[in-house]
Amino acid sequence: MLGKTAGGLFWMFRYLERSENTARLIEAGLRIALTRSGSTDEEWISVMQTAAVLDGYNVAYDGVVTRDQVIDWMLRDRDNPSSVLNAVEYARNNAKTVRTALTREVWEAVNECWMSLKSALARKVAERDLPHVLQLIRQRSAYVRGALHGTMLRNDIYNFARIGTFSERADNTARILDVKYYVLLPSAMAVGSSLDNVQWQTILRSVSAEGGFQMAYGQDPRPREIAQFLILDRRMPRSLAFCIEKIRANLGYLMSDYQTRLPCHDLAEKLALQTMQSSIDEIFDTGLHEYIQLFLKDNALLGQQIEVDYRFTQ
Amino acid sequence: MVPIVRPMLASKIEPMEKRNIFDEMTGVNGDDIRAPYTDFNAWFDGEDPARLRKKQREAEDLFRLTGITFNVYGRAAASERLIPFDIVPRVISGREWARLSRGIEQRVRAINAFLYDIYHRQEIVRAGRLPAEMIAKNAAFLPQMMGVSPAGGVYTHIVGIDLVRTGPDEFYVLEDNARTPSGVSYMLENRETMLQMFPELFARNRVLPVSNYPKMLRRSLAACAPAATSDKPTVAVLTPGIYNSAYYEHSFLADKMGVELVEGHDLRVVDGRVAMRTTEGYKAIDVLYRRVDDDYLDPLNFNPDSQLGVPGIMDVYKAGGITIANAPGTGIADDKAIYSYMPDIVEFYTGEKAILQNVPTWRCSEPDSLAYVLDNLSELVVKEVHGSGGYGMLIGPTATKKDIETFRRKLKARPSNYIAQPTLSLSTVPIFTRSGLAPRHVDLRPFVLVSPDRIDITPGGLTRVALKKGSLVVNSSQGGGTKDTWVLEE
Repeated sequence: MLGKTAGGLFWMFRYLERSENTARLIEAGLRIALTRSGSTDEEWISVMQTAAVLDGYNVAYDGVVTRDQVIDWMLRDRDNPSSVLNAVEYARNNAKTVRTALTREVWEAVNECWMSLKSALARKVAERDLPHVLQLIRQRSAYVRGALHGTMLRNDIYNFARIGTFSERADNTARILDVKYYVLLPSAMAVGSSLDNVQWQTILRSVSAEGGFQMAYGQDPRPREIAQFLILDRRMPRSLAFCIEKIRANLGYLMSDYQTRLPCHDLAEKLALQTMQSSIDEIFDTGLHEYIQLFLKDNALLGQQIEVDYRFTQ
Repeated sequence: MVPIVRPMLASKIEPMEKRNIFDEMTGVNGDDIRAPYTDFNAWFDGEDPARLRKKQREAEDLFRLTGITFNVYGRAAASERLIPFDIVPRVISGREWARLSRGIEQRVRAINAFLYDIYHRQEIVRAGRLPAEMIAKNAAFLPQMMGVSPAGGVYTHIVGIDLVRTGPDEFYVLEDNARTPSGVSYMLENRETMLQMFPELFARNRVLPVSNYPKMLRRSLAACAPAATSDKPTVAVLTPGIYNSAYYEHSFLADKMGVELVEGHDLRVVDGRVAMRTTEGYKAIDVLYRRVDDDYLDPLNFNPDSQLGVPGIMDVYKAGGITIANAPGTGIADDKAIYSYMPDIVEFYTGEKAILQNVPTWRCSEPDSLAYVLDNLSELVVKEVHGSGGYGMLIGPTATKKDIETFRRKLKARPSNYIAQPTLSLSTVPIFTRSGLAPRHVDLRPFVLVSPDRIDITPGGLTRVALKKGSLVVNSSQGGGTKDTWVLEE
C-alpha cells in the first residue's frame, strides 16, 4: 500500500470522527443552555476549548461570544479548519485520494455524507433546524462507519482507518476531561448540587453515554465513577482505555502483516500499559489534570510516530 | 433480417430547420427508421415518457453519488460538475463498425510507425513527404526522445481517434489523440448505467460488450514492460491529483485494473528505478500509465517548476528502467499542423490509401491558404494548432462579426498558429428532451490499445453530444453530454 494511501485513510477517518464529535459537543452545549438561566458564555467557551477551536474564534470574532456565532463557527465557518463543513470536506477529499482502497459502499457513504451536509450547511442553520442538522451529522458519519464494517476486508487498509478513528476519539475524550476535569475533583465537590449534576451530565452527553453510564454504574453519578468510566472502562467505546487498546491492536495487525516491528509499536504498548495498569484512585492521587495532559501529549506523539513509521509523507 | 422501416410519429421528433443533415436514427429526410435503430425505436414507442424522465433523473443521481464528475478549471475549487448523460443510445451496425475499425487500426499503426521514424531516421522528411520545419519548429516535438526506442516498439499505448460522420458511409477523422486521451471511464459507466436502467433493451439488441477494457488495458500495459522485468510487472497510474479535471477517470482505471494510483510526490528514483513510497518502503514500478503531460513529467528534464512529475524519470526511461505510457513526445503525431499530412503519413508507412478520410484542412502557414481562409472566415472553422478542449477556436457560421474580426487579427499576427477547416454538416442522433426526441450533433471517440503484437479497439467508444439545439461543440467543458454507444453484433 502507498504511504500516502495509509495517511489518507488515517485522516479520512480522523476527520469523520471529528465532525461527529463536534456535533455532540454542540448538542451538549445547547442542552446546558436550555437548563440554565443567565449567561452561558462560559459554557460555550469551554465547548470551543474542547474542540480546540477557541483561539481561532477569538481572532475571528474579537472575543465576543454569542451562541449563534459559536455554533456557526463550529458548524460551517470555512476559516475554522475543524468546522464540520471543513472536516467533512477534508474527509471526502482524502477519500478521493484513497478511492482505490475503498469499497464502492464506503466511497458512496462518504460522498453522500459530504453532499448532504454541504447542502444542509449551505446557509446559517436556523435554531429550529439545529437538532435535525446535528443528528444528520452523526448519522452520516455512522453510515460511513457501517459501510466500513460491513464491506471492507480486514487488512492494512482497515487497520489504518481504525487507527485514525481511535486517535481522534481518544484525543476528543481526553479534551473533554481536560476542560471539565475540575467538576470531577473532590475539592470542587458540592455533592448533589444541581450545578454539578448538570456539568456531569454534560460530560456524559458529549460522549453520548448517559444511558451507558447509567447501565454500568446506576442512577446516581459520582465524579470518580464518571472519570473511571471515561478513562479506564473498557466497555465504553469512547474511553481512553478502549481507544488506546484499539490503536494498539490495529498496529499489532500491521506488525504481523508486514512482519516488522517499528517504534510506534513500542509507544502504543507503553501507552496501553499505562492506561490499563492505572486505577482511578492512583490517577486522582497523582492529579487528574496532569494525567490527562500527559495522555494528550503521548497520544499526539503516537500519531506522529505512526505517520513517520508508515511513510504517510515524504 | 429485413429491417422494419416505418415512419416516426411526427409529434415525437423535433424538426430540424435544415433537413439535409444526416440523422443516424431517422436518415437524411427524418422519415425513416434506420436499421440499427429499429429495435430501439419499437421499445421507445412503447415507453411512457414520464417513466423515462424519471429514469433520466435516476441516472444523474447515480452519477453524482458515484462521483462521476469532472472539475472545471478556473472556477471555485469545489466546482464539480456532472457530464450530462442522455439515455438514447447511439447505435452503430456491425457492418459500419467493421469498416471503421479497419480504418482506425490502419491509422494507429501509421501513427506508431511515424513516431518511431520521427525519433530515429526521419525517413519521411528525407523522402520529401513532410517539410522538415513541421518537426523542427514544432513545440510538440521532444528532442530528448531522439534515438530512444520504447519497449515493444509501442509509442501510443492508448489512442483515442475523434470521428465525425456526415452521411451513411461518410466518416472523417477530426483529430487524433495520441497523448493522454480521456473519456474511457464515461464509456464504461454509461454502459453500466444503461444496463442497470434498461436491461430489457439489451435483451432485444445484441450489443457488443465494452466492460473488459480495464482488463485489456492492464494486459496491454504489462505487455510493454521493460525487457528486464519479471513476468508480473508492476503497473501504476500517475495522476496530477484530486483537483485534476479527469481525476475520477484516473482513480476509476487504477481501481478497475487493480493497480496503485500514484502522484509525483509518491515517486522517486531509487537505484536507477522509479519507485513508489509504500508503507513498507520503496517499491519499483515497471510500467507507468501517466495522465500527466510531457512538460510536467520530469522537472529535471522539462518544466523545472513541475510538482506533478518525478525528478529524473526521463533518465530512467532512456536507460530502459521503466515504460512510460504513452511515450513522451507522442504529441508530434496528434498536432493539428501534422494532422493535415495524415493521409500522406498513412500511405507512407502502410503502403495503402487511408481508409478514414481527413477533414480538408488549410494550413494558414501557407500564404495561399491564409488568403483563402481570410476571405472565407464566415464559412470556416479555425483552430489553434496546439489548442484542445474546444477552446480558442472560431466557428465561422455561428460567430458574431466581432469574433470574426478578432480572429482575423490573430490570424494575420501569427498565421502558423492556425489551421482552418470547412464546417461539416455533422450527423445527429436524437436526445431525449421534455418534448420527446430531438436531433443533436454528435462525435465519436473510439479507444484503441496498442501492444507489441496486437491492436485492440473497444467496440463503440465515447459518443459526445452537443445538447444545445444546432450547436456543433460537443466538448464536456463547453456543455456537451454523452451517450452510450452500441455496436451491434453482425
